Amino acid sequence: MAQNNVDRYKLVVIGGSAGSLDIMLRIVADLPIHSPASFVIVLHRKSGQPSVLTALLADKTKLPVKDVEDKEPILPGTIYVAPCDYHLLLEEDHTFSLDVSEKVHYSRPSIDVTFESAAPLYKDALVGILLSGANADGAEGMKAIAQHGGFTIVQQPDTAEIGYMPQQALNIMAASRVLDGLEISHFLHELLSAETPTGLHH
Amino acid sequence: MIRDEDLNLLIEELFSLYGYDFSNYAKASLRRRVNRLMVVDRFPSFAELLHRVKRDPDYLTRVVEEFTVNVTEMFRDPGLFRTIRETVLPVLATRPFIRIWHAGCATGEEVYSMAILLEEANLLHKSLLYATDLNPSVIENIKRGIFPMSQMKLYSENYILSGGKQDFSSYYTAKYDWAKFDERLKTKMIVATHNLVSDRSFNEFGLIFCRNVLIYFDKHLQDRVLTLFDSSLEKLGFLVLGARENIRFSGIAGKFRQLDNKEKIWRKIM
Repeated sequence: MAQNNVDRYKLVVIGGSAGSLDIMLRIVADLPIHSPASFVIVLHRKSGQPSVLTALLADKTKLPVKDVEDKEPILPGTIYVAPCDYHLLLEEDHTFSLDVSEKVHYSRPSIDVTFESAAPLYKDALVGILLSGANADGAEGMKAIAQHGGFTIVQQPDTAEIGYMPQQALNIMAASRVLDGLEISHFLHELLSAETPTGLHH
Repeated sequence: MIRDEDLNLLIEELFSLYGYDFSNYAKASLRRRVNRLMVVDRFPSFAELLHRVKRDPDYLTRVVEEFTVNVTEMFRDPGLFRTIRETVLPVLATRPFIRIWHAGCATGEEVYSMAILLEEANLLHKSLLYATDLNPSVIENIKRGIFPMSQMKLYSENYILSGGKQDFSSYYTAKYDWAKFDERLKTKMIVATHNLVSDRSFNEFGLIFCRNVLIYFDKHLQDRVLTLFDSSLEKLGFLVLGARENIRFSGIAGKFRQLDNKEKIWRKIM
């Protein structure tokens, strides 16, 4: 039976490291324009460099793309990018807060920090996606999302440019879906659209 | 992750026993700090952490240290320092006396950066740099002026990007793993503990730095502290915040104007 997913998912968090940029851009390009969900992107990148990521993403979509500022409200239909050199956290009043505490898995922003902060707030209204990377960041975060009833998608390690990061997640949690990088954007589009996506028995 | 009621209990105890008020700190970040403390100091349960906090006043230093994050670097955000060099200092130079407040300065890298800028602009002799932090242990470091040698490559790069023309290594003496900064840089520094949550303004300043401190506060406390800065700034004084901070949503927004180049520097216009 077709189930209405349009309002079900309020937040989609996407984490990636080395080798994830292309998939990330593809996912953003395929996001449904009228989705009421908010999107948060945590991508490891060289610290200290001004963010070109926001501009790259903005090129791919009509949705507004923002480099997060402290205490910014989390709005629907908006893509938020975790800024370089800060951890990105979510507060109960649906605002972001930032933190420059020690790196986690050599990373700031850390995927774990954002995912673990989002999981208890959004529970089953959360979708977590973990992509390619050479680092163990994100595994604990994905586990937390799963434990709070969120929907989890892990990039198939074999098809990732660097399979280490998604594999680390799969070692400690059971993902709702393990997908080829190229399938993720299509699947997410369906997941956020009115009809239950093909092959989704959730 | 620690439960909300436990976090609140700890906050209450820290206030009633020691007068440190963390109740308006941003919760998501504070929760992580407590979790980290429990892992690093190996508390098997929250009850044992709470017990230690109540019974061992010496442990408080450690808690405050862990709760207040002390990550900083010299000439962090070099573009900002370039703007201070090129736009802010020429304005301050016209005044007979320059008072600068580094609020929440942690281990003082920013204060030394500023002293270097002032010296290069030939203004250090008529300046005073007030360096304050909540955490008594980190500010000891400012008085020593000793920083890890391993950071000097980064600081030197930052310094050059900020418009520095000297050889950065001329400002310190290297000894093993440490760099000791020139004594003359600290002759104009006044170092003290100051709690932005509970302490008042103590002077009028031409320039106030408070970078990556407000992010640890909730909106209510941010607003209070920004009001404190407003009342501590001279007319046409400058307020400098962290790279992802903004006064946009605060009560003082209307009294300040951000510099045109969009660096996080606001000028008090009324």
